[in-house]
Amino acid sequence: MSYSATASHDEHHDHPTGMMRWLTTTNHKDIGTMYLTFSLIMFLVGGFMILCVRAELFQPGLQLVQPELFNQLIGVHALVMIFTALMPAATGFANWMLPLQIGAPDMALPRLNNWGFWLLPPAAILLTLPFTLAMFGIGDGAIATGWTFYTPLSVQGGLGVDFAIFSVHLLGISSVMGSINIIVTIFNMRAPGMTMMKLPMFAWGWLITAFLLIATIPVLAGAVTMLLTDRHFGTHFFDAAGGGDPILFQHLFWFFGHPEVYILLLPVWGFMPQILQTFSRKPMYGYKAQVYSLWAIGALSVVVWAHHFFTVGMPVPALLYFMYSTMAISVPLAVLFFCWIATIWRGSMSFETPMLFAVGWIILFGIGGLTGLVLADVAADAQYHHTYFVVAHFHYTLFAGGIMGIMAGVYYWLPKMTGHMYNEKLGKLHFWLTAIAFNLTFIPQFFLGLAGMPRRIPDYALQFTEFNQISTIAAFVLGLSQLLFVYNIISCARGGKKATDKVWEGAEGLEWTLPSPPPYHSFTEQPVVK
Amino acid sequence: MVMQFIRKAGLFLATAMASFSAHADYAWNFPKPVTPMALDTLHVHNKFMLITMAIFLVVLAIMIYSIVVHRKSKGYKAAKFTGPSTKSQVFWTLVPFAILLYIDFILMGIPAYHSVVMMEDTKNEAQMVVKVTGSQWRWQYEYMDGDAQGIKFVSNLTTPQDQIENKIEKGENYLLEVDNPLVLPVDKKVRVLLTANDVIHNWWIPAFGASRDAIPGFLRETWVKVEEPGTYRGQCKELCGKGHGFMPAVVKAVPEEEFKQWVVAQKEQMETAAAGADKEWTKDDLVAHGKGVYEKNCAVCHQVTGAGLPPAFPALTGSKIVAAPNLDEDGKLLKDSHLDRVLNGKGVMPAWKGTLNDTDIAAVVTYERNALGNSVGDMLQPSQVKALR
Repeated sequence: MSYSATASHDEHHDHPTGMMRWLTTTNHKDIGTMYLTFSLIMFLVGGFMILCVRAELFQPGLQLVQPELFNQLIGVHALVMIFTALMPAATGFANWMLPLQIGAPDMALPRLNNWGFWLLPPAAILLTLPFTLAMFGIGDGAIATGWTFYTPLSVQGGLGVDFAIFSVHLLGISSVMGSINIIVTIFNMRAPGMTMMKLPMFAWGWLITAFLLIATIPVLAGAVTMLLTDRHFGTHFFDAAGGGDPILFQHLFWFFGHPEVYILLLPVWGFMPQILQTFSRKPMYGYKAQVYSLWAIGALSVVVWAHHFFTVGMPVPALLYFMYSTMAISVPLAVLFFCWIATIWRGSMSFETPMLFAVGWIILFGIGGLTGLVLADVAADAQYHHTYFVVAHFHYTLFAGGIMGIMAGVYYWLPKMTGHMYNEKLGKLHFWLTAIAFNLTFIPQFFLGLAGMPRRIPDYALQFTEFNQISTIAAFVLGLSQLLFVYNIISCARGGKKATDKVWEGAEGLEWTLPSPPPYHSFTEQPVVK
Repeated sequence: MVMQFIRKAGLFLATAMASFSAHADYAWNFPKPVTPMALDTLHVHNKFMLITMAIFLVVLAIMIYSIVVHRKSKGYKAAKFTGPSTKSQVFWTLVPFAILLYIDFILMGIPAYHSVVMMEDTKNEAQMVVKVTGSQWRWQYEYMDGDAQGIKFVSNLTTPQDQIENKIEKGENYLLEVDNPLVLPVDKKVRVLLTANDVIHNWWIPAFGASRDAIPGFLRETWVKVEEPGTYRGQCKELCGKGHGFMPAVVKAVPEEEFKQWVVAQKEQMETAAAGADKEWTKDDLVAHGKGVYEKNCAVCHQVTGAGLPPAFPALTGSKIVAAPNLDEDGKLLKDSHLDRVLNGKGVMPAWKGTLNDTDIAAVVTYERNALGNSVGDMLQPSQVKALR
């Protein structure tokens, strides 16, 4: 008792330094920094994998990558980007910013927080280790089924599948713990006067994300565990010969997989209006409408999963239900778009790097949303499905809508986190290179899909050559320009112009009332919200 | 060094540009539709694209106007509103959502409904049934009714490995060519049943607008009615392992008369093959015939040399299973013998008894036991295989 009383009065003079500081830390900012750094490293790892793929696809024929390795690279690229780049980035922001935004000294469950992070590196190692093992003649490489683990292909696969299953288990446990922490923090640690309907939008976005994670991750964990027992313990959940059904796996997987899309996007939808209002110098438009829309999207996201596999064959009523329910998501999403644009409308805008990313994000994510609406149509989906049209579509939602959104957040909060301004010129250059190269990478893929190029093929017919070449060249520009991003972050962390407390002229919210960088324990005295 | 690199890169870009202009008729949309379903899909797709394009451009125009005008650098003073305040503002705020609901569920929803109903109507007025079976990594076709009933064959990729490995120039239909295309009569509604032997595949011909998964242990269905004679090429669309990119589906649509002649010719071939099963073969003939069967069907996994790709695909050279006897003293099939594996498969190894005829199976087993570095010495007669069925 007396120990914990002294511990709570601890200042940063007697916590461990060096490696032990990071291993044992329970501080929300340290953990947030580790999440964000981990995410950046994995973003580069996943990017490197897909550049190998794009290099192979530069021309027809097999040149650099044999089909076995090709299938491993595409699937692990997706798993790395989704589970170890995008999701940790959002959790990193939550750790850093939620306590600051709601006026709390730290997250509610700091030890759980530490554990949640330290599950990630072993998970990432499990996921990628089979590549290295294969070099030493152990096993036949990483999971080669695509990120979706579809049975029976995944039952047939080598030890890479088992590694991926355990990796997903660890990642899932980490996400659920992070989610519990966030829910408890938001419900219990808000500053006096901050009612739920005064919560910063980022907290709303994350709250719904956290509920979605807790609802769907166990389904994924169950599905991959059933896959594991099918592989090694003689069960037949997904084997027709034993009374099972391979399509059952797809239902379970996408019951998690579709909400997962919103798990990746809702945190971004949370902080994006905050960035828009900051640089428009105008209050957020339609706060309540946005909150209700986030809830509506969260609720709808768990009842539309089967649109990911319309081509497996379903009864007509099921097809119609999943088509119309998917289309219905466009309504709350349109409310959000309306509010974002109305927030900048008649504002007094300036275009620093975060704002450039935010505006570019609205436009590019819009393309992802609209192509998604078209994909909901069952008959046309038969043509789009499993082609490059879908690949282009989900990169507009997950790269433009997810990663470029995260980048907006990084530039927006980096001065607050480090206490230094980043290099604005370099930031703008990074934005323009990213936006242009991104479009040149993925617009050709829409046409490839329409012309009939299936996804996940290591070699292709001659008529697809030109668009693939454009896409590959642009992908390399896109990949290399991310090095500017890394350089800018590192040099900003090391020094640069001192950032003011408020950083941005139009910034609103509790995080901007603290110094930059904020003290080790955020709010030692609770702020009061009027 | 650097100059050389720049010169090389320049040369490379020039050739890339040249080859681009050579394909000036490049497809920017779906291939020309040849079935009612593909035509309908194309119409729906074009309509939806126009609608979404219009929404995108209107919203983009509003944003660009705002970005240009509402700037701090132009001295624009920020407004303070956070939502609609008057009744007329509320009304105008709701208008876009009313339009969206109309677009979603009327303008797009109603044609989409009719398309779905049409797509799923596989049985009404169907004049022919064809069964398509996917296996790693080839399609098998079987005619289920009418004169063609009983005709079945395997359709393999014919693009030479040398083209894939860039050793020789690639042909016009690179990766989209097969030995035995599915032959269909034009203007007949064909009900297509789909299943698979090993993993999930997806049978897809873009010009038909039909795409359906082939699922092991289940039957799925779709339909096609080809309205123009010609050869139509597509690919497997569901990731099915290392050969996924090398599994084309080719359909040759011919006039009714030509189809009838083709059926007659196929039936004659089947009779010759059946007669072959009853005659006594010499070992050399079996080995010679077996080599062709092996290289077409088995070499993808077990390799031309028989070295396999362990651990997924075991070597046949020096294999214990190959060296062990196939039949017991009474001529009964021994469990887990070489012939048992070929006939019934196990795990990744497909069952070939439904795909290859008696002669092919006897020949390929004899070949594997007496070539590829093996010299078991025995032979298997087609009649012995026939007796086991």
